[in-house]
Amino acid sequence: MGVLTMGVFPGLVGSGCYDFALKLAGAAADKGHVVNIWFSGNATVSVKAHQKHLKDYSTGEKYLVELMEKGVEVCTCEACTVSRGIQKTESIAKIQWNAMHWYLSKIHCSDRVLQIGGE
Amino acid sequence: MADVKCAFIVQRPQYKGETSRLALTHALSYQTVEVLLEDGDTVTPSLCFVGEGLLGISKGQNAMAPYGINSSEMHAKNCLLVDLDVYVCKEDMERFGITENQLPDADDMGAEKKINIVPFAQIEKIMEEAKHVLFF
Repeated sequence: MGVLTMGVFPGLVGSGCYDFALKLAGAAADKGHVVNIWFSGNATVSVKAHQKHLKDYSTGEKYLVELMEKGVEVCTCEACTVSRGIQKTESIAKIQWNAMHWYLSKIHCSDRVLQIGGE
Repeated sequence: MADVKCAFIVQRPQYKGETSRLALTHALSYQTVEVLLEDGDTVTPSLCFVGEGLLGISKGQNAMAPYGINSSEMHAKNCLLVDLDVYVCKEDMERFGITENQLPDADDMGAEKKINIVPFAQIEKIMEEAKHVLFF
């Protein structure tokens, strides 16, 4: 089995890319691959806990919790996150907070990297 | 001990969106990645500007006064200061009418590196030699 690292940059609401990235991560984890997810840019908003899953909007929380239960490592860019007014104490449990070098370190040990752009 | 080469391909203008700007800051973080790696392991990014990605690194930007943020020019200078290899596509420079003296340097900061103006064929070669290619 391989190691897949995904850099996810699009926002939670307003882009189908975010939803696609999480679904793909789940499919890879189900196949037994090691999966790492790095959030940067507008994607970092999705780490806020207590999201209400309305059917007309994408949600991150439910799927992120499921992914982490499968062993997927999820890390958010601390600078991007706090710049959007979200503090670590408000974060979904078990999501890691770190700097951009976390992403590069996961890239180092990855067989495949998918950079999911933001705009 | 292993070095992993990554090609960061910036193809969008820096102020129209955030992601292309994040390419520069992510590339800069190669300076500190070793704290999370085994001894001797390294990541070496090459930062390549193609297409509209060239439009955001012109010399003489003033993003701080009106917007209160660091300019892409400053990030590009910092990349040179920390010895990142920075490339711009020669054909796209000609297409947009950008001349060499419009590109920033970091001589005032004491950088030894310069921006490399190269044909697209060389950027393709950088992508081929990289283990991972990331498009911003």
